[in-house]
Amino acid sequence: MNTRVIHWFKFASPQNFYNLAGRMWPWFATLATLLAGVGLWISFFVAPTDAQQGEGYRIIFVHVPASQMSMFIYIVMAAWAGFGLAFNTRLSGMMASALAPTGALFAFLSLATGALWGKPMWGAWWVWDARLTSELILLFLYLGFLALQASIDDPRRADKACAVLALVGVVNVPIIYFSVKWWNTLHQGASVSLTRSPTMASTMLWGMLIMVVACWMYAITIALLRVRTIILERERHTEWVKHAVE
Amino acid sequence: MQWNSVSEFFAMGGYAFYVWGSFGLTAAIVAGEVLLLRAHRKTVLRNLRAELLSESNP
Repeated sequence: MNTRVIHWFKFASPQNFYNLAGRMWPWFATLATLLAGVGLWISFFVAPTDAQQGEGYRIIFVHVPASQMSMFIYIVMAAWAGFGLAFNTRLSGMMASALAPTGALFAFLSLATGALWGKPMWGAWWVWDARLTSELILLFLYLGFLALQASIDDPRRADKACAVLALVGVVNVPIIYFSVKWWNTLHQGASVSLTRSPTMASTMLWGMLIMVVACWMYAITIALLRVRTIILERERHTEWVKHAVE
Repeated sequence: MQWNSVSEFFAMGGYAFYVWGSFGLTAAIVAGEVLLLRAHRKTVLRNLRAELLSESNP
């Protein structure tokens, strides 16, 4: 018999996941801190001055990670929500709700840092450009998710309603991503592409990629921490929670 | 390294408000989220313990 089989579904139980998340988050938090340190060092001291945008371009070291996180978290959140609808697992809805606030914050940061870049470079804080407008819709989708959840008292019913909203909203993510190709936008095209060589200095690219990974680690840390609190609240009437908080 | 002095670093080639605004806002939001999460967890734990206490001593 193979005794090395890992029982993955074991972690679908909130109790087991609570303990697993408690063991994992310090590792992700450490990685996030280290990577953010290296990323910020490159952002300010290694990456050269841009020929066209001077020092103002350094905003991309937070703008690009925030923007891609806002889209990526949405897809992961919708995937958990869809998984919950399909298999009726309690943990899925909790994971989706643990991700939503962080996704909303990244969407807000994407718009805010974009505005701070737009003012000196375009001369306007905001334009009704396809990329900017679809990102604003993403922020509204996150806020709609959070508001819908807050408005339904029964958490299991809230999970189902929110899952439908999250899944319908996924259609907006490719619209954001391809908006710079499909429409004639003021926003510049993709900074990183797999099909062509990078158009920016390699130290700029590395700084940006390290900041992106740091943001992933941060989002995972926060999601694990938040889901632990959600689990405690929702499983409050079980014996194990009573023992855990004692 | 492209900075000749500390003041040049903070001036960001004339983009100080925009660059430091972006990084400052991001840092504030990250710190705020962590602190709020911590405060919320403490509240939840306190409420659960209070509930438990009232159940055992009716």
